[in-house]
Amino acid sequence: MLELAWLILVFPALGALVNLFVGDRLGERGIHVVASGMVVLSFVVSLGLFFGLAGLDEHHRTATVHLWDWITVGSFHAPAALLIDPLSVTMALVVTGVGALIHIYAGGYMHGEQNFQRFFVYLNFFILAMLVLILSNNFVGMFVGWEGVGLASYLLIGFYFDRHDESYGHYADAGKKAFLVNRIGDFGMLLAVFLIWTSVGSVVFEEVHHGAGALTAGAATAICLLLLLAATGKSAQLPLFVWLPDAMAGPTPVSALIHAATMVTAGIYMVARTHFLWELAPVAGGLAAWVGGLTALMAATIALTQVDLKKILAYSTISQLGYMMLGVGVGAYAFAIFHLVTHAFFKALLFLAAGNVMHGLPGGELDIRKMGNLRAKMPTTFWLFLIGASALAGLPIFSGFFSKDGILLHVANFNIPLYLIGLFTALLTAIYSFRAVFMAFLGEARDQHVHDHAHESPAVMTRPLWVLAFLAVVGGALNLPVLLTMEHYLEAAVGAPAFHPNVTMEFVLLAVSAVVAVAGVGLAYGRYVKGPSTGVGRISGGVARLVSPLELVARNKWYVDEFYAAWIVGPLLGLSVWFNQVVDQGVVDRAVNLVGQVSLSLGGNLRKMHNGLVPTYALSLFCGVVALLLWFVIGG
Amino acid sequence: MDTALLFDNAVVLLPELVLAVGVMVLMMVDIGRRGQNGSQLLAGLSVAILLLGIGASVMIWGRAPVEYLDGAISDGFALSVRLVILIAGVLGVLLSRNWFPAIERQGGAFYSLHLLAVIGMMLMGTATNLIVLFIALEIFSLALYILSGFYRENARSIEAAMKYFLLGAFASTFFVYGCALLYGAGGSSKFTQIHETLATGGGNPSLVLPGIALLLVGFGFKVSLVPFHMWTPDVYQGAPTPVTAFMSVGTKAAAFAGFFRLMMTALPSFHDQWAMPLAILAVLTMTVGNLTALRQSSVKRMLAYSGIAHAGNILIALVAGTAAASSAAAFYLFAYAFMNIGAFTVTIALERQYGNENDVEQSRLAGAAERFPVLAAAMAIFMLSLSGIPPLAGFFGKFLVFKAAVEAGWAWLVVIGVLNSAVSAYYYLRIVVAMYFQQPEQAGDEKEQPFVPASRSSVFVVVVSVLAVVVIGLQPGLWADLLRGLGQ
Repeated sequence: MLELAWLILVFPALGALVNLFVGDRLGERGIHVVASGMVVLSFVVSLGLFFGLAGLDEHHRTATVHLWDWITVGSFHAPAALLIDPLSVTMALVVTGVGALIHIYAGGYMHGEQNFQRFFVYLNFFILAMLVLILSNNFVGMFVGWEGVGLASYLLIGFYFDRHDESYGHYADAGKKAFLVNRIGDFGMLLAVFLIWTSVGSVVFEEVHHGAGALTAGAATAICLLLLLAATGKSAQLPLFVWLPDAMAGPTPVSALIHAATMVTAGIYMVARTHFLWELAPVAGGLAAWVGGLTALMAATIALTQVDLKKILAYSTISQLGYMMLGVGVGAYAFAIFHLVTHAFFKALLFLAAGNVMHGLPGGELDIRKMGNLRAKMPTTFWLFLIGASALAGLPIFSGFFSKDGILLHVANFNIPLYLIGLFTALLTAIYSFRAVFMAFLGEARDQHVHDHAHESPAVMTRPLWVLAFLAVVGGALNLPVLLTMEHYLEAAVGAPAFHPNVTMEFVLLAVSAVVAVAGVGLAYGRYVKGPSTGVGRISGGVARLVSPLELVARNKWYVDEFYAAWIVGPLLGLSVWFNQVVDQGVVDRAVNLVGQVSLSLGGNLRKMHNGLVPTYALSLFCGVVALLLWFVIGG
Repeated sequence: MDTALLFDNAVVLLPELVLAVGVMVLMMVDIGRRGQNGSQLLAGLSVAILLLGIGASVMIWGRAPVEYLDGAISDGFALSVRLVILIAGVLGVLLSRNWFPAIERQGGAFYSLHLLAVIGMMLMGTATNLIVLFIALEIFSLALYILSGFYRENARSIEAAMKYFLLGAFASTFFVYGCALLYGAGGSSKFTQIHETLATGGGNPSLVLPGIALLLVGFGFKVSLVPFHMWTPDVYQGAPTPVTAFMSVGTKAAAFAGFFRLMMTALPSFHDQWAMPLAILAVLTMTVGNLTALRQSSVKRMLAYSGIAHAGNILIALVAGTAAASSAAAFYLFAYAFMNIGAFTVTIALERQYGNENDVEQSRLAGAAERFPVLAAAMAIFMLSLSGIPPLAGFFGKFLVFKAAVEAGWAWLVVIGVLNSAVSAYYYLRIVVAMYFQQPEQAGDEKEQPFVPASRSSVFVVVVSVLAVVVIGLQPGLWADLLRGLGQ
């Protein structure tokens, strides 16, 4: 079974090619069936890989499927080979499983769009690139996938490249921003790969793992810091998170698939994949933990102030990715991946439910201040969104509760201030997720026009969501405390954590988390359902005392974009202008023009010699003869 | 002479013999149908004969090289050059079909001369003897003088033929004088014999260098090296464009082939003496050719100066004087055949569009891409290939020549060659820019002219040339293995 792993790549590639070349003849339905069908087939292959792997001895659950020798230059060797182990199979199941559901949903969501075909070609291409990223057995292959998903993300964020509105500006610019910010991270990735190659002498994960012992602490730290830079770009962490909120300009299925469930988790996956390097670099790990913790906190405060449903979810994604980064930073790789999986379920669910809201409201309205009492108009979507929000808030029983708690448990052992930050963020998470639920679905309709025209979405857009909702509820069962299943399963790939909490501590912390989550929901209820109806959307009461000094800052997204504009983009632009006007136009262009003018005037003079008269031509020939004879007879 | 000797190894000249018999058949057929107009049959027959010639070349491909009567040889280099010339011949015949009224009336004469020119050119590549070399040179030169003036209704064509003939005769006298001096120096007209005599200290070495100087004039005239190039633009512009297309490639291939063989088999021991003056000629040729091309307004004249510049590039290979360099030159000529004939074919098609009979002004090309998208795209490919932009055929021609020269220690010459390529990009790309990015001046008038479809045979030539330029560029290794240099 494992030898057939290459099939998992073939299906989405085939889907993209078929839709690219004959999609216009298939019609919408045909395109949708091909694109979704191929991802479903990939999912089936992933399941096959999972069971194939389960059949192996649990300490040797890893296999390499060699496809061909890709690059061999001197001693540098990068094979095209797939690494099948618990980590990559888990990722593949998420990518193809959630991916298939979102493909099915997108058929309804994109119905009637002008570029239906282009959309599904990109989407299949994304699945292919993402699978290359997670299945490659070496850094170079992973980098190919890394860049491939970046390209797909760029193309899909700018999918409505001709649109323009107040909240995103030119949609095409959002794509550009994502691409450019990610260049910085990719630069770190590339340097890290170079450094690994020069210091270990291989780019294959397994060989690097075995050769990592020879690394000095300094080299390992340098590599991990560069990898951290790469991860902050792809996974939208401080300081490179600014692209993700703008990425919501893409169609909602894209936000769900790429900018919530899969691509943005590539940074987390990459750190887990290179855990053997991070174990050698505790300083880099600590930094990653702090980056994750602070990102989680900051993004949560911003999410609390946003009024655009998709932007709330975008900041929430940044915040949850912060938790995962915190998890891998403290060495809880298995829990980080566990949270990655559950987050994929409930965040895809939330985004798609938000897509239903957008789809069902006039003008694609997303401002929660104009909603209210949507429960009456779209009950199914309400329940779906509620389930997603409960999982996100970390209410007990729901999947997010278990996975987030697993991370916090390890953080508590690592550093108490970081734990408190994580816990406080959990409180904010509960508040902002239920703020969205209450303001959108409960209370009174605040905009009668919007409310009157609201309608529920078709079945193709709700059925896949029930699957996600089911997973969002029971996903926690993948790794129940004490029973320890998924964590144990992943250990074969990411190693066992050094720290084993005792059961008492585990239950105490679980109880604390549960109380915090419920308290957050209660606060939100008090404010947004029971509270005064004036100043809707503002924070007040008990919460205000906690965050009011920060509200203005948070509402303005901590001025990070403004900081970049003033301190990085501005000076760089100034420098570019100087180079353009002084160096390029003044020196380079003038030199080039001078050469051109001299050539042209020389050419003009030479042309005059060709006057069409035979005697002139014969004279020229004769002069040539004389010159040659002189050279050979006298000079020679 | 023993008659058995006459037939021994005659297979060396099989392609030439096939063509010679073919010419006679062609003339007989022409006599048989005297008085009838139209020359489709003759054109078809000529193509068939040339294809037979290619078949004959392929038949003797890969055999151990043998010499025929101390005068001709069938080594890999000779076969490679033959292939280039035969391809140019086929494409040239296809272009001439239907091109101008004189062909309709005197098709027999036109196609016979065309085939005779091909025979002469092929002999240049196989000649191992000064006498054969000179006769071959005169066979194709005389044929080309007449072909240049075949468009008798056009004064420029007649003027071109006259100029070409007068100056050609002038250059031939120097050439034959050079042959005589070389014969005096080596005591033989056979290349290898001259080399042996001089290398072993015999003969009269003082005559060698003046001999080389005078031979250079003859070759320099044929391949248009500066300062023996003056005739080129006038003749290229005046001659019927199909003839220009054929001779621009065929003459260059033939004369360079003879030039390479003479210098590398008869006079290798004097390489130190002749390399430097040739290098200077190469620099002059490239620079003057490119700079003058910058200021041309006619497409045909621009291509003429571009041809001069390309001769300079190929001369770099001769300066290097190694086996690798000669095979690089063969590759260069092979690639040049397709891109240059292709460019002239598009010019022919555009001539028909613009109603002007024998030339196109560059200013007329403005906005051509909109009116003739296919022709413009093909022209763009040929221009990019001529300027040496990868991955097209022209790039690898230049690359191989420059590589061989650097390996032989002529790096400074290559630097000048590369700089010249940069200059040349200007006038090649100007055509592309005009076609794609400029608006026609009198848009109204241009649109009213009806579209004149290109003849089927010229469409065929364009398609073959585009394919060749792209395929050679994408798979250069294949062709580089096929085309052999001297001593390979």
